[in-house]
Amino acid sequence: MTVKAMTAKEVARKVIDNEPLFILDVRNGDAFADWKIEGGNIQYLNTPYFDLLDGVEEVVSELPKDRDILVVCAKEGSSVMVAEMLDEEGVDAAYLEGGMKAWSEHLEPVKVGDLKNGGELYQFVRIGKGCLSYMAISDGEAAIIDATRMTDIFLDFAQEKGAETKHVFDTHLHADHISGGRQIAEATGATYYLPPADAEEVVFDYAELADGLEVAIGDAKIKIEALYSPGHTIGSTSFIVDDQYLMTGDILFIDSIGRPDLAGLAEDWVGDLRESLYSRYAELADELIVLPAHFMIMDELNADGSVAKKLGDLFKENHGLNIEDEQEFRDMVTKNLPPQPNAYQDIRSTNMGKITPDEEVQREMEIGPNRCAVR
Amino acid sequence: MNADKVLDAKGLACPMPIVKTRKEMKDMESGQILEILATDKGAKADMTAWAKSGGHELLETQEEGDVLRFWIKKG
Repeated sequence: MTVKAMTAKEVARKVIDNEPLFILDVRNGDAFADWKIEGGNIQYLNTPYFDLLDGVEEVVSELPKDRDILVVCAKEGSSVMVAEMLDEEGVDAAYLEGGMKAWSEHLEPVKVGDLKNGGELYQFVRIGKGCLSYMAISDGEAAIIDATRMTDIFLDFAQEKGAETKHVFDTHLHADHISGGRQIAEATGATYYLPPADAEEVVFDYAELADGLEVAIGDAKIKIEALYSPGHTIGSTSFIVDDQYLMTGDILFIDSIGRPDLAGLAEDWVGDLRESLYSRYAELADELIVLPAHFMIMDELNADGSVAKKLGDLFKENHGLNIEDEQEFRDMVTKNLPPQPNAYQDIRSTNMGKITPDEEVQREMEIGPNRCAVR
Repeated sequence: MNADKVLDAKGLACPMPIVKTRKEMKDMESGQILEILATDKGAKADMTAWAKSGGHELLETQEEGDVLRFWIKKG
């Protein structure tokens, strides 16, 4: 008897639509505690597969009869075995195709909006890891911002839209995930931009992303304007796209702000972070729609799966933008920081081109949540 | 480290390294040591967690290139 597979895409749709799901996660307890499939209407049971080798009777009684059951493991193998054992006990359960690895790599494209002179802006939601990438398309040309290493998704998407990729940007040197920016630029002949202050150690050629840089895509001249906004890293740069959207990288999120410690000393950059948030962003129009490079919790997703909110609303609602006392702010972003992302030093080295791990190793390095924020 | 038995689980994907280790362990006496060779990266965390949950003692773990080596004393 073969059991049903559920794809990462199907699970992503369930999460976005807030549909009920029961997850039997058969990874070991530490892996489950570190990182799991999050969703507003998901119930969980974590029992490692090695405790089920003698039989699944003990968990059967804990499984609900009124919701879909999904068995999840790291790479798929154990979840197939457990789903088959459940099937023999008369329990209908699916397994997650490709396991948490597939979940980590799934990107869901969501249209954010139209550009004024024609064109569209898409957000690519990496729902399992909380990374957000962007593609602006206008008149057969595309610009990509903060691409993940699953480059085919971007290349195929641009091709489907009949767009040639002209510009590829990273808002900063990422520490939680491996950038696909350089590969996309190599594959398409596009220009790859990095902020020079983050790129001092990179071993490849790149174009300098400087404050005030403007590029345009398409005949309609959709303007992409760089705004230097250090704090998460010393080079962190935001983008204003089409005078409508503010891409904040890892400086400002919907429900939190960027942490200043992943590429240096939190103490040194906390002043930059405060200035970027409280001075530079404060001068911008309230109507700009903030598009960050990450989300941390599912509550940050809008009903359509996008992660976006007006800057003016964030100045009202985001706790990190509303700490008047400078010392209190300093304490919040330097003390009680969450654990650092897994393998973040190796990820930074990979993004600098200093090491070139094979795909399997890159996958392992990215296991876990992004943890780029402080709240 | 001297082992009473060696299990080669190289090239096997999860859950097989643990399934085979468990099977070998069943035929061993308490206090005996099993050495396991595996290439599945997930085996590292899982072997540790499994040994703990089964009351065995993970004496040592080594990594040589792609090969993981474990020494587990039966509890």
